[in-house]
Amino acid sequence: MATQTTPAHQDAPSSGRRDFLYVAAGAVGAVGVAGAVWPLINQLNPDASVLALASIELDISSIAEGETVTVMWRGMPVFVRNRTPQDVEEAKAVPLTDLKDPQTDEERTKPGHENWLIMIANCTHLGCVPVGDSGDFDGWFCPCHGSHYDSAGRIRKGPAPKNLVVPPYDFVTDTLVKIG
Amino acid sequence: MHKKTTIIGALLAAMLFTGAQPAVAAESVEIAKQPWSFAGVFGTFDKDQLQRGFQVFREVCSSCHSARLLAFRNLSEKGGPEYSEDQVKALAAEYEITDATAAGGKRPGVAADRWPSPFANDQEARDANGGALPPDFSVIANARGTTQPFPYWLLNYVTPYQEGGPDYIYALLTGYEETPPHGAEIPEGKYYNHVFPGNAIGMAPPLADDSVTYGTGENGETLAATLDQEARDVAAFLMWLSEPHLVARKETGLQVILFLILFAGLMYAVKQRLWAKIEH
Amino acid sequence: MSAHESNYNPTNPVEKWLDSRLPLIRFAKSTLIDFPTPKNLNYWWTFGAILAVCLVIQIVTGIVLAMHYTPHVSLAFDSVEHIRRDVNGGRIIQAVHAVGASMFFAAVYLHIFRGLYFGSYKAPREVLWILGVLIFALMMATAFMGYVLPWGQMSFWAATVITNIIGAVPVVGEPILQLLRGGFSVDNATLNRFFSLHYLLPFVIAAVVVLHVWALHVPGNNNPLGVDVKDSRDTVPFHPYYTMKDLVGVVVFLIPFAWFVFFAPNILGHPDNYVMANSQVTPAHIVPEWYFLPFYAILRAIDFNILFIDSKLGGVIFFAGSILILFFVPWLDTSKVRSGSFRPVFKWFFWLFVINFVMLTYLGAAPAEGIYVTLAKIGTAYYFAYFLVVLPLLGRFEKTKPLPTSISEAVLSKTSSSGAAAGAAH
Repeated sequence: MATQTTPAHQDAPSSGRRDFLYVAAGAVGAVGVAGAVWPLINQLNPDASVLALASIELDISSIAEGETVTVMWRGMPVFVRNRTPQDVEEAKAVPLTDLKDPQTDEERTKPGHENWLIMIANCTHLGCVPVGDSGDFDGWFCPCHGSHYDSAGRIRKGPAPKNLVVPPYDFVTDTLVKIG
Repeated sequence: MHKKTTIIGALLAAMLFTGAQPAVAAESVEIAKQPWSFAGVFGTFDKDQLQRGFQVFREVCSSCHSARLLAFRNLSEKGGPEYSEDQVKALAAEYEITDATAAGGKRPGVAADRWPSPFANDQEARDANGGALPPDFSVIANARGTTQPFPYWLLNYVTPYQEGGPDYIYALLTGYEETPPHGAEIPEGKYYNHVFPGNAIGMAPPLADDSVTYGTGENGETLAATLDQEARDVAAFLMWLSEPHLVARKETGLQVILFLILFAGLMYAVKQRLWAKIEH
Repeated sequence: MSAHESNYNPTNPVEKWLDSRLPLIRFAKSTLIDFPTPKNLNYWWTFGAILAVCLVIQIVTGIVLAMHYTPHVSLAFDSVEHIRRDVNGGRIIQAVHAVGASMFFAAVYLHIFRGLYFGSYKAPREVLWILGVLIFALMMATAFMGYVLPWGQMSFWAATVITNIIGAVPVVGEPILQLLRGGFSVDNATLNRFFSLHYLLPFVIAAVVVLHVWALHVPGNNNPLGVDVKDSRDTVPFHPYYTMKDLVGVVVFLIPFAWFVFFAPNILGHPDNYVMANSQVTPAHIVPEWYFLPFYAILRAIDFNILFIDSKLGGVIFFAGSILILFFVPWLDTSKVRSGSFRPVFKWFFWLFVINFVMLTYLGAAPAEGIYVTLAKIGTAYYFAYFLVVLPLLGRFEKTKPLPTSISEAVLSKTSSSGAAAGAAH
């Protein structure tokens, strides 16, 4: 005489009534799985050596008036320009209606340090590095598809949709800039 | 089943007790186990000790030994000597880093830079050290170890013993003998050391009492910079250098093991509950 | 596929639509849920699931490591250190992969010894066994190549010593050795191809595992009694009975795994592998990882010439033979009785084999001097004698204990309150 049933369809909890033990085990298991999966995803995030270069400090005291220096930040080239007073005047004189991406010169510089223009040196069209002191607007010219930027790095003519991007930066002192 | 297990256990023990030792060097040396704050399941680094150890490394060892995987920023990271970011920035700026993109090929260091090597290349290092190459320190505490006879090497799995490197380093630094013991032939330019394989080491005794002057630690103590203390401190620092995430690893480990024990208990109860209905 | 009836009856239209095009759910249900499994399996049977989990762990952590590792001789060592130091969670992911290899082999040895004791290799499960030995051989190749990747001293010198084995083969050995290494010595070409193959082989293993489980499902599982399943009273559905029991096994297995990963990640390795590979300096003792030690002991035990075969080639032949012989076990064992539980003489020889295997493991790490050499020869002799002499002869001469007529009968007689064993045929 068989003393047990043939449990062909027997699922863990019987019809509808949730057994606390099974729920507890399932919940603990789910926590374990989450705890195991998270590090496997988090490892894709930038590692410590990359994060260490997330911001750079730059001594700008050696950059002469009218000189533009290119530095690397987060793998991208960045123009750091000590603008001449003419550059600044010209930039301020441009009416906003002339601009595809309207931004005042003040919005693109720090108060008290208006001669300093810091921008990511990738054309906002498709990423080429524009050439300085060229183009029709006394600024930069991108040879790839003919975008012209003015002395504040704003797009004036050509296919680029936006002005050259100004990264987050701060003047730690008058001669030390922290980018990023 | 139990009888069988006992017999097997007895046979295994008898066989392994024939005094055989796994993978021992030809002349095996007794290297004592030292007490380390970072040993065992609850081990942590003593921040003050790591700072003292770093001081010894910096003022004595780094003139010959490189630490190419040490980044200045590691010194302010959690679980290590935990200097402040400003201290690290100032420290890095004291060192010259070779950088092809910099004016003149060199520039002052930043936190992201690695510890610069005292020599331009291995050959220069050898030339300056009588032909011997001072090993890089980055993973040296993991690259050295001790061996124990049975049953101690088995117990090491349980304790768990991972401090063979620091034990060896401490024994080496305190193991010099001015006059080599009876009959030991030490070639010119080498020194007698108890634990160095072959006993003739190319490095002159690097540490002595007051090789460095210790400042006051966070706990307000100023320790005497004896050879013993310096050796312990630099060994601890080198352990951190090899295993910078040791503290976080052990803390997480405790949580994981407790979790698994809880989960195993729950799963066993689930299994018992299910199988209670089955004749088996 | 096996002719196990499926009681899957899809009701909702989406399921019916899928079932008529690709019966995935039907297949999963019949393989993993309804599959009738003998109800008397003990915890030794959880190692199959444990091994599957180990393979998944190694593949997942391996793929993650490959995102950060660089397979070039000047960069490999530092890239592993980069993972341990800078990559988020890298210290643990690397430790899981390294410890995981050891845990994988510990589990596979227990799984194999279970098979040897309970006669799981006997008809009709010979192909299942052969596929298992094939998986074991692929695991050894994968682990060997994986160990080279960190490019430490042991990585380099183990690769040199073991690839030199191929050079021992007469005539074709040297050219094949150069082909394998991609050069005159183990160097960058070797490292790169080992990385590629180390990434590939686990997926080959996964494919063979699929065949292995298929080959299991045709006859169904063996059980501790070695007695065939007679009817449904002998079995329970795989889910939830064995899914949950396997889960117990897996979680308990993860405890020593976690112990090593978090508290002793370097204890199973060798300190010399934290020294960068240097072709001009040989470490004092070249030791493979522990799971290769028994076979390494057998290789070194042949230190004498046999007729015209020199000792180096002799060692290679015995080394290869020690693994190849496993393929023939289903035919070497002539006993009609499967399970060691009913073979009193076999039991002694089996446990002696286990002790011998442990001894060979130990000897593989011992210096090749004095008594260790003698013991290694004795150990090698018994290893081969077990398969070539003991198993064939025992089948013929051993008086086995009487078998129960069925699994449920054995269960009934075990649980019956009266002292007399009911129903056992004498």
